[in-house]
Amino acid sequence: MRIPIRVALAGIVAGLVLANGAALAASAENGKTAYVKNGCWQCHGLLGQGSVVTSNGTVLANSQLPFDVFKNFVRSSNRAMPPYREAILSDADLADIYAYLQSVPKPPDVNSIPLLKP
Amino acid sequence: MAREHTRSKINRRNFLAGVAVAGAAGTATTVMPQGAAGSATTAPPIDPAPAPRPSALPPTAKIAAAEAGTPQEIKRETGKPGSDFMVDVIKSLDIKYMPCNPASSFRALHESLIDYGGNKQPEFLTCMHEESAVGMAHGYFKIAGKPLLTLVHGTVGLQHAAMGIYNAWCDRVPVIVVGGNDMDAAHRPPGVPTFHSAQDINALVRDFTKWDDTPVSAQHFAQSFVRMYKIATTPPYGPVMMSLDAGLQQEPIHDIGEKLYIPRFVPSSPPQGDTGAVKEAARLLSLAERPVIVVDRAARTPNGIKLLVELAESLQAPVVDMGGRMNFPKTHYLNRPPNVIGQADVIIGMELSDFWGVVNGYVDNDAHGIGVNESKIKAGTKLISINSVELITKSNYQDFQRFQVVDVSMPADAEATLPALIEAVKAAIPNDKKAAIAQRGEAIRKAYATGRENVKRAAAIAWDASPISTARLVMETWAQIKDLDWSLVASEGNVSNWPQRLWPFEKHHHWLGRSGGYGVGYGAPASIGAALANRDLGRFSVSIQSDGDLMYAPGVLWTAARHKIPLLAVMHNNRGYHQEVMHIQRLANFRDRVAYLGNDMAPLGTSIQNPDIEYHKLAESMGWWAKGPIKDPADLGPAIKEAVAVVKSGQPALLNVWTQPR
Repeated sequence: MRIPIRVALAGIVAGLVLANGAALAASAENGKTAYVKNGCWQCHGLLGQGSVVTSNGTVLANSQLPFDVFKNFVRSSNRAMPPYREAILSDADLADIYAYLQSVPKPPDVNSIPLLKP
Repeated sequence: MAREHTRSKINRRNFLAGVAVAGAAGTATTVMPQGAAGSATTAPPIDPAPAPRPSALPPTAKIAAAEAGTPQEIKRETGKPGSDFMVDVIKSLDIKYMPCNPASSFRALHESLIDYGGNKQPEFLTCMHEESAVGMAHGYFKIAGKPLLTLVHGTVGLQHAAMGIYNAWCDRVPVIVVGGNDMDAAHRPPGVPTFHSAQDINALVRDFTKWDDTPVSAQHFAQSFVRMYKIATTPPYGPVMMSLDAGLQQEPIHDIGEKLYIPRFVPSSPPQGDTGAVKEAARLLSLAERPVIVVDRAARTPNGIKLLVELAESLQAPVVDMGGRMNFPKTHYLNRPPNVIGQADVIIGMELSDFWGVVNGYVDNDAHGIGVNESKIKAGTKLISINSVELITKSNYQDFQRFQVVDVSMPADAEATLPALIEAVKAAIPNDKKAAIAQRGEAIRKAYATGRENVKRAAAIAWDASPISTARLVMETWAQIKDLDWSLVASEGNVSNWPQRLWPFEKHHHWLGRSGGYGVGYGAPASIGAALANRDLGRFSVSIQSDGDLMYAPGVLWTAARHKIPLLAVMHNNRGYHQEVMHIQRLANFRDRVAYLGNDMAPLGTSIQNPDIEYHKLAESMGWWAKGPIKDPADLGPAIKEAVAVVKSGQPALLNVWTQPR
């Protein structure tokens, strides 16, 4: 999922004001189910880790993206990611998915992984 | 396919001459149709009209018997079988192996190869599918640099082989394919052998082979076999095809007063770029502010890598390796990702399978399948192409991709042209540009170091996930093979390019490229073929084996065990045809529909689950050491270590690992 920088910045400001109201009420557990059922995992991985070949390297797990920006992109994407309009994914499910992605455990420090050390 | 009757002592040439004489005689005695005699310019008959005659005479008793009865037994001949001579020809080319599924239409050649030829040069490798045989030959060449021969059954076997041949064609790899074909409709057995014969079996693959022929004599076979070997192994490489008559194989060699001979094979030199075009390319590159080198199948040999390094260092130009072959060391600071293309003012593409795709983007963003095309480069960027494939472009199959206008076009072999280009570039660089070029190199060196760190951070994400992340899969494998002389012989199913991003590819055998035609089913046989070549060179072979790919023709696992071909196959088992998983989801989204999953995780028809395939048991049943399913990342390293020990002892080993989708 590629987010235009200008849209992202605008969203961050808006997100601070709105305090991610919709997302705060959401369920990460339900979101995990919705994330799989709606096929998000196919390009973004089961933990939102992303891939250089299917999500242009974008990582959704623990994303700093405000919910409204996230939602706006999912609803209206006209780039490589196909849009999920309300007809096929409800606002409630989308909020749950966002909550799930925020709940994914943070990755270990790369220096703590012997296989990734220089 | 057994012949009831051998041919008469009349050889084929005399037989054809006889047919011609008989045909001429038949013409002379043809009865003119009555209607023709009644034309206006014909003089009326003086004599009374003769009695009416039929337009065709009834057959004599002898002809009727020949048409309807059983052909008479013909006296058998003795002498050296034609197929023995064919073996002499094949041996002259030093072909080491022959992966092959047996078939009656080449039984004579098969028998000669193992009994007269001693099953050496080539050694018969029993395959369970013709596509596997071609795939093995494909992989073998990419390590050994020498083609293999495979024999296929006319029509049915060749149809099985066709996808493998198309992959070899698109990947520019020589494979020698000989199809048995019983062409004599009057003498071949009826029933199955006739279902399996055709006038022109080569037509099936003519659009994606470099050359084909149908010899009609032993000497013709000798000339054509050496010719096809020469054509296949002259860059641009490609598969070749011969239809070989079953009768020609089985008949004794006829004494027609000519001494049979085997033509000497002399390799052709690869085509080099025109001197003027090379100079112009060097001028553009040497004066460029931001030149970029893009390579795909440029390094045919290890020397190709050295030459590319020399060119890149001379210019301090970043190199984007599209991965058709191991072209440029991943550990070299000039190795850069494709996004540098957007900054270029001059781009040289070498043996690119898709130049348009390098400098343009395509976004599949609507339900109509039209998408959006957009340029990735700045206006005015100069483009240079060296591509030998322009010399063999055909019409039907679209492997030539979209047309891209370039400023300098050299239909020539890149590796063969590189020495002249390097010399020309060095001569063309002005003295006052040398400092700027060195400075450019330093900036790229810093970007390379930053890029390496970013890649490692990305690999750490989902490191402990189950199913196992593809980055973890790749690095756990690396940890166990890094001290060996390793060769990654295939990586199918797409693991987010982690091997290319994390492993230190430096030698030509570290990476072999992909299938070429993207026909699924290449990975398993090609990795076994490459492992065979590596076995003979004392190297350790490893493959990332995807689930869908393996199930196209899993019988090739048995071939590896039967012929003691050591290979470590670490499975990327994401339980689906994942490219198709995403395609169906995209279309459903574009159409505002919820994709129907059934009981699976992915859209109906794209999953490989319910039940899950136990690949480890499948492999075990065919003689492999195997383990799985491995779902916990903590179990992966120890399992790979165990498997490596097995492979080092000379056996193939497979690990069934459940993985993230990409």
